Amino acid sequence: MWKWLHPYAKTQKAYQLCNTFMPYFAVITIVCFAVGWVWGLAFAPADYQQKDSYRIIFIHVPSAIMSMGAYSSMAIAAFIAMVWQLRNAELAVIAIAPVGAAVTAIALITGAAWGKPMWGAWWVWDARLTSELILLFLYLGVIALYHSFEDKAAAGKASCILALVGVVNLPIIHFSVEWWNTLHQGATITKFDGSAIHPSMFWPLMINIVAFVGVIGWVTLIRLKNEIIQREKHRPWVRELVSGGKNAV
Amino acid sequence: MNPRRKKRMFTLFAVVFGIGAAVGLTLYALQENINLFYTPTELVEGKGEAKEKPFVGQKLRIGGMVVPGSVVRDEKTLDVEFKLIDTGPLVTIKYHGILPDLFREGQGIVAQGVLVDATTIEAFEVLAKHDEEYMPAEVAEAVKGIKHVKPSYDLNTSGE
Repeated sequence: MWKWLHPYAKTQKAYQLCNTFMPYFAVITIVCFAVGWVWGLAFAPADYQQKDSYRIIFIHVPSAIMSMGAYSSMAIAAFIAMVWQLRNAELAVIAIAPVGAAVTAIALITGAAWGKPMWGAWWVWDARLTSELILLFLYLGVIALYHSFEDKAAAGKASCILALVGVVNLPIIHFSVEWWNTLHQGATITKFDGSAIHPSMFWPLMINIVAFVGVIGWVTLIRLKNEIIQREKHRPWVRELVSGGKNAV
Repeated sequence: MNPRRKKRMFTLFAVVFGIGAAVGLTLYALQENINLFYTPTELVEGKGEAKEKPFVGQKLRIGGMVVPGSVVRDEKTLDVEFKLIDTGPLVTIKYHGILPDLFREGQGIVAQGVLVDATTIEAFEVLAKHDEEYMPAEVAEAVKGIKHVKPSYDLNTSGE
Protein backbone atom coordinates (compact mmCIF):
# COMPACT_ATOMS: atom_id res chain seq x y z
CA MET A 1 0.00 0.00 0.00
CA TRP A 2 2.74 2.42 0.92
CA LYS A 3 5.20 1.03 -1.64
CA TRP A 4 4.97 4.12 -3.84
CA LEU A 5 6.38 6.17 -0.96
CA HIS A 6 9.53 4.13 -0.59
CA PRO A 7 11.68 5.82 -3.26
CA TYR A 8 11.26 9.15 -1.42
CA ALA A 9 13.26 7.81 1.49
CA LYS A 10 16.22 8.50 -0.75
CA THR A 11 17.43 12.04 -0.31
CA GLN A 12 17.89 12.63 -4.01
CA LYS A 13 14.29 11.69 -4.77
CA ALA A 14 13.07 13.85 -1.91
CA TYR A 15 15.12 16.76 -3.24
CA GLN A 16 13.49 16.41 -6.65
CA LEU A 17 10.06 16.20 -5.01
CA CYS A 18 10.77 19.50 -3.24
CA ASN A 19 11.51 21.06 -6.59
CA THR A 20 8.27 19.74 -8.02
CA PHE A 21 6.18 21.14 -5.18
CA MET A 22 7.88 24.49 -4.79
CA PRO A 23 6.28 26.39 -7.69
CA TYR A 24 2.78 25.42 -6.53
CA PHE A 25 3.42 26.68 -3.04
CA ALA A 26 4.98 29.85 -4.44
CA VAL A 27 1.93 30.57 -6.59
CA ILE A 28 -0.51 29.85 -3.74
CA THR A 29 1.46 32.12 -1.42
CA ILE A 30 1.73 35.07 -3.77
CA VAL A 31 -1.83 34.92 -5.07
CA CYS A 32 -3.41 34.40 -1.65
CA PHE A 33 -1.40 37.10 0.06
CA ALA A 34 -2.17 39.57 -2.72
CA VAL A 35 -5.89 38.81 -2.65
CA GLY A 36 -6.20 38.25 1.09
CA TRP A 37 -4.39 41.38 2.23
CA VAL A 38 -6.02 43.74 -0.24
CA TRP A 39 -9.46 42.30 0.47
CA GLY A 40 -8.98 42.08 4.21
CA LEU A 41 -7.18 45.34 4.83
CA ALA A 42 -8.92 47.55 2.28
CA PHE A 43 -12.32 46.14 1.30
CA ALA A 44 -13.68 44.09 4.20
CA PRO A 45 -16.12 46.13 6.30
CA ALA A 46 -15.03 47.60 9.62
CA ASP A 47 -16.09 45.76 12.78
CA TYR A 48 -19.08 47.13 14.72
CA GLN A 49 -17.12 47.29 17.93
CA GLN A 50 -13.44 47.52 17.15
CA LYS A 51 -13.75 49.52 13.94
CA ASP A 52 -10.64 49.25 11.78
CA SER A 53 -8.37 47.89 14.53
CA TYR A 54 -9.85 44.44 14.11
CA ARG A 55 -8.16 44.17 10.69
CA ILE A 56 -5.05 42.82 12.37
CA ILE A 57 -6.90 39.49 12.58
CA PHE A 58 -6.03 39.02 8.93
CA ILE A 59 -2.44 38.52 10.04
CA HIS A 60 -2.80 37.58 13.69
CA VAL A 61 -5.30 34.73 13.34
CA PRO A 62 -3.65 32.98 10.35
CA SER A 63 -0.23 33.16 11.99
CA ALA A 64 -1.57 31.90 15.32
CA ILE A 65 -3.43 29.00 13.71
CA MET A 66 -0.48 28.09 11.53
CA SER A 67 1.99 28.31 14.41
CA MET A 68 0.10 25.32 15.76
CA GLY A 69 -0.32 23.76 12.32
CA ALA A 70 3.40 23.97 11.65
CA TYR A 71 4.08 22.44 15.05
CA SER A 72 1.78 19.51 14.29
CA SER A 73 3.56 18.89 10.99
CA MET A 74 6.90 19.07 12.76
CA ALA A 75 5.72 16.59 15.38
CA ILE A 76 4.41 14.20 12.74
CA ALA A 77 7.75 14.39 10.94
CA ALA A 78 9.51 13.77 14.26
CA PHE A 79 7.31 10.74 14.91
CA ILE A 80 8.10 9.28 11.49
CA ALA A 81 11.78 10.03 11.94
CA MET A 82 11.83 8.21 15.27
CA VAL A 83 9.76 5.15 14.34
CA TRP A 84 10.95 4.51 10.81
CA GLN A 85 14.37 6.08 11.30
CA LEU A 86 14.02 8.13 8.15
CA ARG A 87 16.66 10.77 7.74
CA ASN A 88 14.45 12.86 5.46
CA ALA A 89 11.83 13.18 8.17
CA GLU A 90 14.52 14.27 10.60
CA LEU A 91 15.69 16.91 8.15
CA ALA A 92 12.08 18.01 7.72
CA VAL A 93 11.81 18.60 11.47
CA ILE A 94 14.81 20.88 11.44
CA ALA A 95 13.57 22.55 8.25
CA ILE A 96 10.19 23.45 9.76
CA ALA A 97 11.36 24.55 13.22
CA PRO A 98 12.69 28.06 12.40
CA VAL A 99 9.74 28.73 10.08
CA GLY A 100 7.33 27.78 12.84
CA ALA A 101 9.25 29.91 15.33
CA ALA A 102 9.00 32.92 13.01
CA VAL A 103 5.26 32.42 12.52
CA THR A 104 4.74 32.08 16.29
CA ALA A 105 6.70 35.28 16.83
CA ILE A 106 4.48 37.04 14.27
CA ALA A 107 1.40 35.81 16.13
CA LEU A 108 2.75 37.08 19.46
CA ILE A 109 3.87 40.46 18.11
CA THR A 110 0.66 41.18 16.18
CA GLY A 111 -1.27 40.01 19.21
CA ALA A 112 0.54 42.51 21.40
CA ALA A 113 -0.03 45.27 18.86
CA TRP A 114 -3.74 44.42 18.88
CA GLY A 115 -3.94 44.09 22.64
CA LYS A 116 -2.63 47.56 23.37
CA PRO A 117 -5.41 49.55 21.65
CA MET A 118 -8.24 47.10 22.37
CA TRP A 119 -7.56 45.63 25.80
CA GLY A 120 -5.32 48.39 27.04
CA ALA A 121 -2.22 46.22 27.60
CA TRP A 122 0.56 44.85 25.41
CA TRP A 123 0.84 41.69 27.39
CA VAL A 124 -1.17 39.87 30.04
CA TRP A 125 -0.16 36.60 31.64
CA ASP A 126 -3.35 34.84 30.76
CA ALA A 127 -3.46 31.17 29.77
CA ARG A 128 -3.72 31.69 26.01
CA LEU A 129 -0.85 34.16 25.73
CA THR A 130 1.40 32.21 28.06
CA SER A 131 0.88 28.87 26.32
CA GLU A 132 1.56 30.47 22.94
CA LEU A 133 4.80 31.90 24.37
CA ILE A 134 5.72 28.40 25.54
CA LEU A 135 5.15 27.21 21.97
CA LEU A 136 7.75 29.72 20.79
CA PHE A 137 10.18 28.42 23.41
CA LEU A 138 9.54 24.85 22.24
CA TYR A 139 10.42 25.81 18.69
CA LEU A 140 13.56 27.59 19.89
CA GLY A 141 14.39 24.56 22.03
CA VAL A 142 14.18 22.23 19.03
CA ILE A 143 16.46 24.52 17.03
CA ALA A 144 18.93 24.99 19.88
CA LEU A 145 19.07 21.29 20.66
CA TYR A 146 19.82 20.42 17.05
CA HIS A 147 22.68 22.88 16.87
CA SER A 148 24.19 21.93 20.21
CA PHE A 149 25.34 18.48 19.06
CA GLU A 150 28.38 17.92 16.90
CA ASP A 151 27.04 14.53 15.84
CA LYS A 152 24.04 15.33 13.65
CA ALA A 153 22.46 11.89 14.05
CA ALA A 154 22.26 12.35 17.82
CA ALA A 155 21.20 15.95 17.33
CA GLY A 156 18.30 14.90 15.12
CA LYS A 157 17.11 12.35 17.66
CA ALA A 158 17.21 14.80 20.55
CA SER A 159 15.25 17.47 18.69
CA CYS A 160 12.72 14.89 17.50
CA ILE A 161 12.00 13.84 21.08
CA LEU A 162 11.56 17.44 22.20
CA ALA A 163 9.30 18.15 19.21
CA LEU A 164 7.13 15.16 20.09
CA VAL A 165 6.90 15.94 23.78
CA GLY A 166 5.87 19.50 23.01
CA VAL A 167 2.71 18.25 21.31
CA VAL A 168 1.15 18.25 24.78
CA ASN A 169 1.08 22.04 24.54
CA LEU A 170 -1.15 22.16 21.45
CA PRO A 171 -4.47 21.19 23.08
CA ILE A 172 -3.58 23.48 25.98
CA ILE A 173 -3.24 26.44 23.62
CA HIS A 174 -6.44 25.63 21.81
CA PHE A 175 -8.62 25.00 24.85
CA SER A 176 -7.03 27.55 27.19
CA VAL A 177 -9.78 30.05 26.45
CA GLU A 178 -12.44 27.51 27.42
CA TRP A 179 -10.82 25.90 30.43
CA TRP A 180 -9.88 29.08 32.23
CA ASN A 181 -10.97 32.69 32.58
CA THR A 182 -8.82 34.58 30.13
CA LEU A 183 -8.65 38.09 28.75
CA HIS A 184 -8.23 36.60 25.29
CA GLN A 185 -11.56 36.01 23.58
CA GLY A 186 -12.79 32.53 22.67
CA ALA A 187 -12.33 30.71 19.37
CA THR A 188 -14.02 32.36 16.40
CA ILE A 189 -13.60 30.02 13.46
CA THR A 190 -14.19 26.72 15.26
CA LYS A 191 -17.13 28.01 17.27
CA PHE A 192 -19.82 25.36 16.91
CA ASP A 193 -22.94 27.40 16.29
CA GLY A 194 -21.08 29.24 13.53
CA SER A 195 -21.74 32.85 12.58
CA ALA A 196 -19.16 34.25 15.01
CA ILE A 197 -17.65 36.10 12.11
CA HIS A 198 -19.60 37.66 9.28
CA PRO A 199 -18.97 36.07 5.83
CA SER A 200 -17.66 39.37 4.47
CA MET A 201 -14.77 39.06 6.95
CA PHE A 202 -14.59 35.28 7.06
CA TRP A 203 -13.58 34.73 3.44
CA PRO A 204 -10.63 37.12 3.33
CA LEU A 205 -9.53 35.55 6.61
CA MET A 206 -9.66 32.07 5.04
CA ILE A 207 -7.62 33.24 2.07
CA ASN A 208 -5.02 34.65 4.42
CA ILE A 209 -4.87 31.34 6.26
CA VAL A 210 -4.23 29.55 2.97
CA ALA A 211 -1.54 32.15 2.20
CA PHE A 212 0.19 31.33 5.49
CA VAL A 213 -0.02 27.61 4.72
CA GLY A 214 1.59 28.43 1.38
CA VAL A 215 4.42 30.53 2.73
CA ILE A 216 5.23 28.04 5.49
CA GLY A 217 5.31 25.20 2.95
CA TRP A 218 7.36 27.22 0.50
CA VAL A 219 10.03 28.31 2.96
CA THR A 220 10.14 24.85 4.52
CA LEU A 221 10.81 23.26 1.13
CA ILE A 222 13.65 25.69 0.46
CA ARG A 223 15.10 24.93 3.88
CA LEU A 224 14.65 21.18 3.42
CA LYS A 225 16.57 21.34 0.13
CA ASN A 226 19.38 23.16 1.88
CA GLU A 227 19.46 20.67 4.73
CA ILE A 228 19.58 17.76 2.28
CA ILE A 229 22.46 19.30 0.34
CA GLN A 230 24.36 20.06 3.52
CA ARG A 231 23.88 16.60 4.99
CA GLU A 232 24.63 14.77 1.73
CA LYS A 233 27.47 16.91 0.48
CA HIS A 234 29.71 13.89 -0.10
CA ARG A 235 27.25 12.14 -2.40
CA PRO A 236 28.03 12.23 -6.10
CA TRP A 237 24.64 13.63 -7.08
CA VAL A 238 25.08 16.58 -4.76
CA ARG A 239 28.56 17.28 -6.08
CA GLU A 240 27.25 17.22 -9.59
CA LEU A 241 24.37 19.49 -8.60
CA VAL A 242 26.60 22.02 -6.90
CA SER A 243 29.16 22.07 -9.71
CA GLY A 244 26.30 22.67 -12.16
CA GLY A 245 26.53 19.36 -13.95
CA LYS A 246 24.19 18.34 -16.70
CA ASN A 247 21.78 16.58 -14.35
CA ALA A 248 21.45 19.66 -12.22
CA VAL A 249 17.86 20.08 -11.10
CA MET B 1 5.39 -3.18 10.53
CA ASN B 2 8.45 -4.89 11.89
CA PRO B 3 8.79 -5.52 15.65
CA ARG B 4 11.56 -2.97 16.21
CA ARG B 5 9.51 -0.18 14.67
CA LYS B 6 6.47 -1.30 16.59
CA LYS B 7 8.43 -1.21 19.83
CA ARG B 8 9.73 2.28 19.09
CA MET B 9 6.23 3.44 18.23
CA PHE B 10 4.78 2.19 21.50
CA THR B 11 7.64 3.70 23.46
CA LEU B 12 6.96 7.07 21.87
CA PHE B 13 3.23 6.83 22.53
CA ALA B 14 3.99 5.92 26.14
CA VAL B 15 6.35 8.89 26.53
CA VAL B 16 3.92 11.42 25.04
CA PHE B 17 1.00 9.94 26.95
CA GLY B 18 2.96 9.96 30.19
CA ILE B 19 4.02 13.55 29.83
CA GLY B 20 0.52 14.51 28.75
CA ALA B 21 -0.87 12.93 31.88
CA ALA B 22 1.73 14.66 34.07
CA VAL B 23 1.01 18.07 32.55
CA GLY B 24 -2.71 17.43 32.68
CA LEU B 25 -2.62 16.57 36.37
CA THR B 26 -0.45 19.59 37.13
CA LEU B 27 -2.82 21.94 35.34
CA TYR B 28 -5.78 20.29 37.03
CA ALA B 29 -4.19 20.83 40.42
CA LEU B 30 -3.41 24.45 39.60
CA GLN B 31 -6.76 25.00 37.95
CA GLU B 32 -7.91 27.77 40.23
CA ASN B 33 -4.64 29.64 39.97
CA ILE B 34 -4.52 29.75 36.19
CA ASN B 35 -7.75 31.71 35.97
CA LEU B 36 -6.85 35.27 35.15
CA PHE B 37 -9.55 36.79 37.31
CA TYR B 38 -12.31 36.40 39.89
CA THR B 39 -15.87 36.89 38.76
CA PRO B 40 -18.08 39.12 40.94
CA THR B 41 -19.99 36.05 42.16
CA GLU B 42 -16.75 34.33 43.16
CA LEU B 43 -15.61 37.45 44.94
CA VAL B 44 -18.76 37.83 47.00
CA GLU B 45 -19.79 34.22 47.58
CA GLY B 46 -16.38 32.57 47.59
CA LYS B 47 -14.58 30.52 45.00
CA GLY B 48 -14.44 26.78 44.46
CA GLU B 49 -15.78 24.12 46.78
CA ALA B 50 -14.11 25.63 49.82
CA LYS B 51 -15.92 28.94 49.15
CA GLU B 52 -12.66 30.70 49.62
CA LYS B 53 -13.02 34.45 49.70
CA PRO B 54 -10.20 36.91 49.05
CA PHE B 55 -9.20 38.96 52.07
CA VAL B 56 -9.39 42.73 52.30
CA GLY B 57 -6.14 44.22 51.08
CA GLN B 58 -5.48 41.37 48.65
CA LYS B 59 -4.29 42.24 45.19
CA LEU B 60 -6.51 40.59 42.60
CA ARG B 61 -8.09 40.76 39.19
CA ILE B 62 -11.80 40.83 38.62
CA GLY B 63 -13.65 40.29 35.37
CA GLY B 64 -17.26 41.02 34.57
CA MET B 65 -19.67 43.16 32.63
CA VAL B 66 -19.98 46.87 33.29
CA VAL B 67 -23.50 47.44 34.59
CA PRO B 68 -25.29 49.88 32.24
CA GLY B 69 -25.98 53.18 33.92
CA SER B 70 -23.51 52.59 36.73
CA VAL B 71 -20.58 54.57 35.38
CA VAL B 72 -19.98 57.70 37.40
CA ARG B 73 -17.26 60.04 36.23
CA ASP B 74 -15.79 62.84 38.26
CA GLU B 75 -16.11 66.07 36.32
CA LYS B 76 -12.77 67.50 37.37
CA THR B 77 -10.44 64.51 37.62
CA LEU B 78 -9.93 61.16 35.91
CA ASP B 79 -11.66 59.36 38.76
CA VAL B 80 -14.32 56.94 37.62
CA GLU B 81 -16.50 54.49 39.49
CA PHE B 82 -18.63 51.70 38.07
CA LYS B 83 -20.24 48.40 38.97
CA LEU B 84 -19.44 44.95 37.59
CA ILE B 85 -21.82 42.02 37.31
CA ASP B 86 -21.74 38.44 36.02
CA THR B 87 -24.77 36.50 37.21
CA GLY B 88 -25.69 37.85 40.60
CA PRO B 89 -23.94 40.22 42.98
CA LEU B 90 -22.53 43.60 42.05
CA VAL B 91 -18.99 44.71 42.73
CA THR B 92 -17.89 48.32 42.73
CA ILE B 93 -14.70 49.38 40.98
CA LYS B 94 -12.94 52.66 41.61
CA TYR B 95 -10.33 53.71 39.12
CA HIS B 96 -8.19 56.73 38.41
CA GLY B 97 -6.89 56.95 34.87
CA ILE B 98 -7.70 56.68 31.21
CA LEU B 99 -10.01 53.85 30.28
CA PRO B 100 -9.38 51.78 27.11
CA ASP B 101 -11.33 52.69 23.96
CA LEU B 102 -13.50 49.62 24.17
CA PHE B 103 -14.67 50.46 27.69
CA ARG B 104 -18.42 50.91 27.49
CA GLU B 105 -21.45 50.15 29.57
CA GLY B 106 -22.36 46.53 28.91
CA GLN B 107 -18.79 45.66 27.90
CA GLY B 108 -16.77 42.89 29.54
CA ILE B 109 -13.70 44.18 31.36
CA VAL B 110 -10.91 42.87 33.55
CA ALA B 111 -9.68 45.13 36.34
CA GLN B 112 -6.63 44.64 38.51
CA GLY B 113 -6.53 46.21 41.91
CA VAL B 114 -6.76 45.91 45.66
CA LEU B 115 -9.81 44.77 47.56
CA VAL B 116 -10.70 47.60 49.94
CA ASP B 117 -13.85 46.10 51.40
CA ALA B 118 -16.00 43.02 50.67
CA THR B 119 -17.44 44.36 47.41
CA THR B 120 -15.20 47.28 46.46
CA ILE B 121 -11.99 47.21 44.50
CA GLU B 122 -9.60 50.05 44.01
CA ALA B 123 -8.25 49.30 40.54
CA PHE B 124 -4.94 50.43 39.12
CA GLU B 125 -5.49 48.83 35.74
CA VAL B 126 -8.63 48.37 33.69
CA LEU B 127 -8.51 46.19 30.56
CA ALA B 128 -11.34 45.79 28.08
CA LYS B 129 -12.31 42.30 26.98
CA HIS B 130 -13.95 41.81 23.62
CA ASP B 131 -15.78 38.77 22.33
CA GLU B 132 -15.03 36.49 19.43
CA GLU B 133 -17.71 37.90 17.18
CA TYR B 134 -16.84 40.14 14.29
CA MET B 135 -19.39 41.77 12.03
CA PRO B 136 -20.01 45.00 10.19
CA ALA B 137 -21.89 47.72 12.09
CA GLU B 138 -25.08 47.39 10.01
CA VAL B 139 -25.21 43.65 10.65
CA ALA B 140 -24.66 44.11 14.37
CA GLU B 141 -27.55 46.53 14.45
CA ALA B 142 -29.83 44.15 12.59
CA VAL B 143 -28.82 40.96 14.42
CA LYS B 144 -28.16 42.12 17.94
CA GLY B 145 -30.15 45.32 17.96
CA ILE B 146 -27.21 47.25 19.35
CA LYS B 147 -25.85 50.36 17.87
CA HIS B 148 -22.33 51.04 19.00
CA VAL B 149 -21.69 54.70 18.84
CA LYS B 150 -18.54 55.92 20.41
CA PRO B 151 -19.72 57.58 23.58
CA SER B 152 -19.06 61.27 23.74
CA TYR B 153 -18.00 62.73 27.02
CA ASP B 154 -18.58 66.29 26.03
CA LEU B 155 -19.88 67.70 29.28
CA ASN B 156 -21.77 70.50 27.53
CA THR B 157 -24.06 68.17 25.62
CA SER B 158 -24.30 65.22 27.97
CA GLY B 159 -25.31 67.41 30.88
CA GLU B 160 -28.50 68.49 29.17
